[in-house]
Amino acid sequence: MKRVWIAAALLAASCGTVIAQDDEKTFKFAFQGELKSLDQYTLNETFSLWTLGNVYEGLVRLDPDLNIIPGLAESWEMVDDNTWRFNLRKGVTFHNGNPFTADDVVFSANRVRSKGSDLTTRVPADAEFVAIDDHTVEVRLDSPNPILTAEWPTWGIMDKEWTEENDAVAVTSASAEGQNYAALNTNGTGPFKIVSHEPGVRTVFEANTDWWDWDNRAFNIERAEFTPIGSDATRVAALLSGELDLVYPIPVQDIPRVEANPGTEALTGPELRTIFLGFDQKRPELLYSSVKGENPFQDVRVRKAFYQAIDIEAIKQKIMRNLSTPSALMISPALYSRSDEFERLPYDPDAAKALLAEAGYGDGFSVGMDCPNDRYVNDEQICQAVAAMLARIGVTIELNAQPKAQYFAKILASGGYDTSFYMLGWTPGSFDSYNVIRDLNACRNDDGTEGGPFNLGGYCNEEVDALAAKILVENDIDTRDAMIAEVYTILNEEVSHIPLHQQGLAWGKSSDIEVLQRADNALLLSTVKK
Amino acid sequence: MIGFIVRRIVQAIVVMLVVALISFTMFRFVGDPVNQMVGVETTPAERAALRDDLGLNDPVPVQFWRFVSDAAQGDFGVSYQFKRPVAELLAARMPATLELSFVSALFALLIGIPMGVYTGLKRDHWLSKLFLSVSLIGISLPTFLIGILLIFVFAVNLQWLPSFGRGQVVDLGFWTTGLLTVSGLKALILPSITLGLFQMTLIMRLVRAEMLEVLRSDYIRFARARGLRDRTINFGHALKNTLVPVITITGLQLGSVIAFAIITETVFQWPGMGLLFLQAVQNVDIPIMAAYLLMIAFLFVVINLLVDLLYVVVDPRIRLTGPAA
Repeated sequence: MKRVWIAAALLAASCGTVIAQDDEKTFKFAFQGELKSLDQYTLNETFSLWTLGNVYEGLVRLDPDLNIIPGLAESWEMVDDNTWRFNLRKGVTFHNGNPFTADDVVFSANRVRSKGSDLTTRVPADAEFVAIDDHTVEVRLDSPNPILTAEWPTWGIMDKEWTEENDAVAVTSASAEGQNYAALNTNGTGPFKIVSHEPGVRTVFEANTDWWDWDNRAFNIERAEFTPIGSDATRVAALLSGELDLVYPIPVQDIPRVEANPGTEALTGPELRTIFLGFDQKRPELLYSSVKGENPFQDVRVRKAFYQAIDIEAIKQKIMRNLSTPSALMISPALYSRSDEFERLPYDPDAAKALLAEAGYGDGFSVGMDCPNDRYVNDEQICQAVAAMLARIGVTIELNAQPKAQYFAKILASGGYDTSFYMLGWTPGSFDSYNVIRDLNACRNDDGTEGGPFNLGGYCNEEVDALAAKILVENDIDTRDAMIAEVYTILNEEVSHIPLHQQGLAWGKSSDIEVLQRADNALLLSTVKK
Repeated sequence: MIGFIVRRIVQAIVVMLVVALISFTMFRFVGDPVNQMVGVETTPAERAALRDDLGLNDPVPVQFWRFVSDAAQGDFGVSYQFKRPVAELLAARMPATLELSFVSALFALLIGIPMGVYTGLKRDHWLSKLFLSVSLIGISLPTFLIGILLIFVFAVNLQWLPSFGRGQVVDLGFWTTGLLTVSGLKALILPSITLGLFQMTLIMRLVRAEMLEVLRSDYIRFARARGLRDRTINFGHALKNTLVPVITITGLQLGSVIAFAIITETVFQWPGMGLLFLQAVQNVDIPIMAAYLLMIAFLFVVINLLVDLLYVVVDPRIRLTGPAA
């Protein structure tokens, strides 16, 4: 037996490689989900986009306040209404040493729009990318697009040569047979490179000393180690015990514990995601309700009554532990300049009761509500509170809270919009109101293939649609914002949805760490100091 | 003998097919994989195209046949989430699960048997009563709670042991092991105790009951009458005869230890197959779920087959010709 051990030890010493090492300048962090693929184009989800955003950079970047600033493009201008010209940064190299040129941009623009990409919204289908010279790219559009660059911070430029060499031009979609080189390897221009990646176990990053912005860097870590930890209790324990430098998210109820523990603290702030409630206003009769032969939600008074029955301050204090911002709009105030002109309808159960009576539902009715229980911060508790508040005006809610896999399968287009009353959260990927207006509020057909696909309740107002079409192509910011205000006024008057709040971000970190917490919940390694 | 084996193998195949069918039918109710694979802004048309590509629109029998025939050739498909072949993912995670299972089984045996012997011999000693009370905890507390309690005490408060992961791992090429490094061994302690506690309790109670039984039997009395030393009687005669059922149970339990490592692995973020499976359930990653369930079924079938064969070898009274035992 002893001999076997010695043999094994020798074997390990000779051919084995020791994984993981402790280092002063190693930043260890954990997130609740996994980094599934290293190909940024395969999944349009914040965590994946921004974790890979440490490796791949876009033509533009976001500053701490979410303003667009130059990235791989040094500057850009509009040649005419439909043409943009981007001047690329010179002297930038990919991690493998290849130079970054206009060809790479044109290549990436085609790849991101190709079949299997989940980031097709990054670049309009009509946009034509032309390399004028090695460091100039022109984008020609069929119609004006004021927010062309809005989603570009999370569209990383890939190396044409490397991608073609490794036969990874086709984006790995999940249905792809076999593997894609780019799903397991990276080659970006960013401040960090990935040196090892075990899916679902550990990913190791190393600082890229050849980064073009190295001299202005705001970080001092040399390595970063990412571990996914699914269980909330374990994630918090790993922080409290000092094994990890940062974990996110942490449950809001654990914030006091993290604060009380010496050496750790909670980092909180507002998030962009807006949580709201929606009604089925399309079907002539609700699928889940005691009311037969008609749809009470088609009456604006009923929708208003629901709105006024909800005590948003109570939800904020009791359920969100003050870590939420009640919202009058379906978009975060950080993303729309005129948000402060809007106010929530006041909480007033008596008025709500009166409205219900006026609409002919004085005796109340019952309706089924769909709610996730593992998607948003305290989602199920919020729904329970809403049910209790609506009970006070005589409405009985039959709550159906499910894990997100089942919940989304039921309520989204693929499930046939199978819901009468639901809760959902939304962050516009473009950080712009047009996305909210179009995806959540534009009239849609029955299966969602036309119109707003995430307008689950089928709210429809042609005036809104007409304004949306104008907003899409208006290049003048003030005129555009005025039209957006007009739309939001209509939506609020008609209670297309009930906006609840922007939920809060809660990260737990070691006191030795300095890090930027941006409202889009992006963790940027390039802002970490240890 | 050969006829018996062939019959058992045919039965095993039927069991595997039934498991495959049941798990396959279950996948209808775990949610829509496409929703977990794409971002929220992906249009319904793109989602529909993806469903089509994945073959999710085919009738269930067609999908089932495709799965079974591919699986029979050792092809379990590509994970929806990781875009890697499932067989490769499972192989990468297997060492973690097997190491954890064997260490916890070892822990259960090495602690459980002595405790069982002690409580069997000194029934009224306060220490026996303490052991029995502690074993009640092992049986009645759910695994995840034990895991969290251990993390709280030994990782957060005392900071002696790590709260998650495998620590430093040595890659031998075909196998990654945590047994060769200090941090790897430290990382094994809490999860092994958590996983093995129930088995330990079971073994302890089993040994105790068997000991009590054996100690009452005639040959022990005769041994005492012959004036043999207590030590010889207790360990040489009594314990030896209690071990047969203990070995059987341990063998059978090993299968369930591996299969039910899921919860322990989740609590400790132990990168084994169970964790992979649980994450697959949350993400509706059907290829991983299907392959894992089949693998576990296979494990149980093999263990049962071996046990059946061993019985035949050990006990010639079992007839081989009649209807299968």
